[in-house]
Amino acid sequence: MINTNVVLKTLNGHGLHLKNPIMSASGTFGYGTEFLPFGDITKLGAIIVKGLSLKPRAGNPTPRVAETPCGMLNAVGLQNDGVEAFITKKLPELPTHEVPVIANIYATSADEFGELANILSQEEKVVALEVNISCPNVKAGGVLFGQDPLMAQSIVQAVKKNAGNTPVIVKLSPNVTNIAEMAKAIEASGADMLSCINTVTGMAVDIRSRKPLLANIVGGLSGPAIKPIALRCVWQVAQAVQIPVIGIGGIRSAKDVLEFILVGASAVQIGTASFTDPSLIFKIAHDLPLLCEELGIKNLEQYRNSLITD
Amino acid sequence: MEHPIRMELTVNDLVPFGAEGDKKSFALTLKRPAWHCWKAGQFVMVRPTSWNSEITWARPFSICRVTSESLVLFFQVVGRGTDLMANLKPGDKVTVWGPLGTHFAMEDKPTLLLAGGIGIAPFAGYMEQHKKPANLSMIFSHRLPSGYYPIETFAQQIEVETFFEQSNDDLPKTLTAIRNKMELMAKNNGLVLACGPMPFLKNIWKNALELNVPTQLSLEQRMACGIGACLGCVATTSDQYPDKEKAGLPVQTCTKGPIFWANELNLDAGSK
Repeated sequence: MINTNVVLKTLNGHGLHLKNPIMSASGTFGYGTEFLPFGDITKLGAIIVKGLSLKPRAGNPTPRVAETPCGMLNAVGLQNDGVEAFITKKLPELPTHEVPVIANIYATSADEFGELANILSQEEKVVALEVNISCPNVKAGGVLFGQDPLMAQSIVQAVKKNAGNTPVIVKLSPNVTNIAEMAKAIEASGADMLSCINTVTGMAVDIRSRKPLLANIVGGLSGPAIKPIALRCVWQVAQAVQIPVIGIGGIRSAKDVLEFILVGASAVQIGTASFTDPSLIFKIAHDLPLLCEELGIKNLEQYRNSLITD
Repeated sequence: MEHPIRMELTVNDLVPFGAEGDKKSFALTLKRPAWHCWKAGQFVMVRPTSWNSEITWARPFSICRVTSESLVLFFQVVGRGTDLMANLKPGDKVTVWGPLGTHFAMEDKPTLLLAGGIGIAPFAGYMEQHKKPANLSMIFSHRLPSGYYPIETFAQQIEVETFFEQSNDDLPKTLTAIRNKMELMAKNNGLVLACGPMPFLKNIWKNALELNVPTQLSLEQRMACGIGACLGCVATTSDQYPDKEKAGLPVQTCTKGPIFWANELNLDAGSK
């Protein structure tokens, strides 16, 4: 069997060693425990849990989700139990010695981001932080931070200052004019890794009721519909920065995983596919080495970023 | 509660209700999943294996009945998912995960079943699982002619009052009948169970609070995953919700429901 382990290197040497490049995307995998009946979560590269804030958040009114062709819109608005409940109740239930757990964090100011980073970096069971500066569904912060390079830099600096040796991943929004420039600015401010993309802003309406399908009117589009956008973003970002890039957007198969690795991703996240079928992420992790073998790929790092463009 | 399991099941049968050639409502019979137990009110997520990436979600359905051989679901064609499901044929495969969620209470007391349209589905299994069906009575309000629903199964065994709502003018009569019956349940130390569309449930919810009669509602919400992860299907609880940390906050209909006690919900909050 082909070994599909990957190393996401950081400049200070505290990288992430994953048994395979398959991670769950934040907001689509609950706190991990929801999926225990559907597969062996220790077979995944890492689990990224639902976005955490300092205090619990109630999120947006319903309807919060709407199905669209090849995808879905959501405007959940980062409902979560807060960082304290995560540490005391959810984290102990996860087999953290067998699968790395990454905490996704959301805040409305750089100070709050710093505080969250400080709390979570002291948890041995949290191997990395993913900073959400790209949520399109919240009024304060969210994608506004991710669309302004100076704002994004101040947040990344605050997180880095408080995160100790815990690697910091910054999740990028596709809802920007030039994602490569944003990626460079965030790399320059000290981010250890980038993940892209978060959802693409969109909307859906009903011509009979003349109402939007989401109470929030607009939301974030995810699923296979955004995969071409995500591939383009990952490719542009991977050309622009030296730090590892994690690809996200509409991945439903091992073939999709290799597409993202081909354009420069070191690892990937599976999101909406976990709603389509809660066992799909486990199937992708199972299928990847088989597909590599079929294609004669001996090592994912060699295959990474090997797109032939001339 | 037993953990849900995910299985690929074979379609045994798809039988339409109503006039020949109509594609409005169906009984879908699948090969029985390997569950040890299930309780009326629980649901399953269903996704035909032939669906490609064009359809993103599976679809949630109340469990109607489970026999030694089969799992039976009722569904009504309401959108593109159920429209495609109307083409299922014997031998087709569907991915199913369940049994999911909470179940209806079963107590030794007069029990009123309030069914709105296809919301009648979980009560078939409820009636079968109940030790004293003589305790049960039902009000069934519907908008398609009664031939589109499996109403005869009920009428043979319990007292059923049906209300055919051909227009909104028919609504007050239904609501009055429901109110009167709920008053009777309040007087006789009874139990009320309701399943149907949200406006129907909201009316029953208000009655339940005013009359202080123990009432359970099976909520219907747009749902992506069915297992508590997407946070799409949330309902807002009241200050009487037993988990105090979640009182007054949104909780997942799929894992904390779909069956809720009426007094533990605040149906006026959290939706637009």
